[in-house]
Amino acid sequence: MPEQNGHPNGAARELTVVEALREALNQIMAIDERVFVIGEDVGVYGGAFGVSAGLVQAYGADRVIDTPISEAGIAGACIGAALTGMRPVGEIQFMDFVTISMEQLVLQAAKIRFMFGGKATVPMVLRTPAGSGTGAAAQHSESLENWFVHVPGLKVVMPSNAYDAKGLLLSAIQDDNPVIFVEHKLLYKTKAHVPEEMYTIPLSKTNVARQGKHLTVIATSVMVQRALQAADILAGEGIELEVIDPRTLMPLDDAPIIESVIKTGKAMVVHEAVKTGGFGGEIVARIMESEAFGYLEAPVRRVAGLDIPIPYNRTLEMNTVPQVQNIVDEARKLVKGEY
Amino acid sequence: MVAAVALEELQKRGISAEQAHEMLLKMMLIRSFEEKAEELFALGRVHGTMHLSIGQEASAVGLSTALARNDYLLNTHRGHGHCLAWYGSSPDLMMAEFMGKETGYCRGRGGSMHIANVDTNNLGANGIVGGGLPISVGVGLTIKLRKTDQVAAAVFGDGGANTGAFHESVNMASIWDLPIIYFCENNQYAMSMAFKRAFNIEHVSDRASAYGIIGVTVDGNDLLAVYDVAVEAVARARRGEGPTLIESRTYRWKGHSKSDKQAYRTREEVKEWQEKEPIRRFATFLGMSDEEREALHAQARQRIEESVVFSENSPEPDVADIMEGVYA
Repeated sequence: MPEQNGHPNGAARELTVVEALREALNQIMAIDERVFVIGEDVGVYGGAFGVSAGLVQAYGADRVIDTPISEAGIAGACIGAALTGMRPVGEIQFMDFVTISMEQLVLQAAKIRFMFGGKATVPMVLRTPAGSGTGAAAQHSESLENWFVHVPGLKVVMPSNAYDAKGLLLSAIQDDNPVIFVEHKLLYKTKAHVPEEMYTIPLSKTNVARQGKHLTVIATSVMVQRALQAADILAGEGIELEVIDPRTLMPLDDAPIIESVIKTGKAMVVHEAVKTGGFGGEIVARIMESEAFGYLEAPVRRVAGLDIPIPYNRTLEMNTVPQVQNIVDEARKLVKGEY
Repeated sequence: MVAAVALEELQKRGISAEQAHEMLLKMMLIRSFEEKAEELFALGRVHGTMHLSIGQEASAVGLSTALARNDYLLNTHRGHGHCLAWYGSSPDLMMAEFMGKETGYCRGRGGSMHIANVDTNNLGANGIVGGGLPISVGVGLTIKLRKTDQVAAAVFGDGGANTGAFHESVNMASIWDLPIIYFCENNQYAMSMAFKRAFNIEHVSDRASAYGIIGVTVDGNDLLAVYDVAVEAVARARRGEGPTLIESRTYRWKGHSKSDKQAYRTREEVKEWQEKEPIRRFATFLGMSDEEREALHAQARQRIEESVVFSENSPEPDVADIMEGVYA
């Protein structure tokens, strides 16, 4: 049982997401010389959000590489190193800045294996902090994961808690494909039980985070936590939400989602990214195309970010992306047949 | 067979007469491949597009000869020459790829712009101008972390030298002393944009000083001159002294791709450069007669004919396999 590992007294060992990610990097770097970390301020500074703190002292500047402000260069460095047998972990300081890396990620990393007839591998991970809620405004708050979902050849992973963050990052590093690893800034300081030993959570394995019979709520990243809070609130009213966390958006394990919707007859998707062209549309389409269609008792709803850039003002910012209350309200309406 | 003066020049470089003939034959093989490619396209036997490097053969052969078998190559969209010049390259597998066959280097999934053979450290041509430059940084990091004495050659054009990727990559390679040869084939045009219109400096290599590295411009149609500067750059890289920026001045005889009416240049200009033709130039240097040169060239053409036969007898990819190779 993972709960007992390293804890003779049986107490649950809790880590934040930042600590869990750092532990994953530490543990894999200690046993696999092919792994190195590269990005802006990842060395002595410890990374903009502290994930790589201490790594340069442990593994040296050759394996924890501070770069100039060169996001295309960081992505390319990961690709070239991966193509020649290393397992780089790049960091793009804010997901917004992947815009500068897009050519390398979309046209090179994603396509090299296919273009070369399946005879090359690009085993790299690109970690990047995403999301709003920090007052950083429109150029430091984006949730761009669905851009990458739309590019075959890339894998897209979004952990929703510290336990998953460690296990998914270790899987991503050991995966032979380029993985975009999206970390929500508001989750960084949240805690969960994290075993000390190295463990992996398989990619493309959807997790049922909470079981319930009235409504299936498919949520990603920080919205999984908000959906779970909404579920707690609604449980008091006798409404049971089933909360599903895909964890890997691409390639998507949709079977548990379809099964759940067959069971509940109702579905709702929650994500922070803007609604139009977002991941929610894909989930809705998968449900509609599946045998779950015949079991639907209500329209499938999307609760997602407004189609606007993230505003600076705190109240405007809060009202741009789904909050717990929005999820509660929508879920209640759906379950009560108001749609 | 080889003129005394030439023999002396070759000996200074440790190149045997036999190796010199191989270098010449490689240039002829590249020329023959591309002439055949153009012909097959005109006959409608291949589709898509292609970017011919006819006239630039000395650049490709000079660079590859200066590198060792376990070094790395990152190539451009105009990359047939560098690919054919690379260690262990097979004209059969290249032609099969060009013709979209399952037996091609990339199983017909890549085509002319994406030919790679990772097993021989040929890390591929690239459809994006300057797209291989950031990747070269990672290859350099692998070499550095593994502490081998390998070198990576990143080939790009005058067009690639004006991308942001060039700046980021050369700077990173410089600050970390990565063993990379930045080899700019300045063939005078980025599609229709003339070098003189796109740069406000005399030489692409002038930019090297901005990165604190050595830059050198060489006559790209002079095989031994290209070889010489490449040898020096490779030696510097192997000594851990970081990257070098080489500008190989050459000329693209054909249009940018298949749809180019070439309204941006004159016939006189093309003719002027054709007089600096690298194959005849090296053959003459070696003291070969026209007949001897033609006999060798005929061998190259024959080899390419064989590659066409191989390709035509090769199977098409099976549509049932269409999803293969997206994920490992």
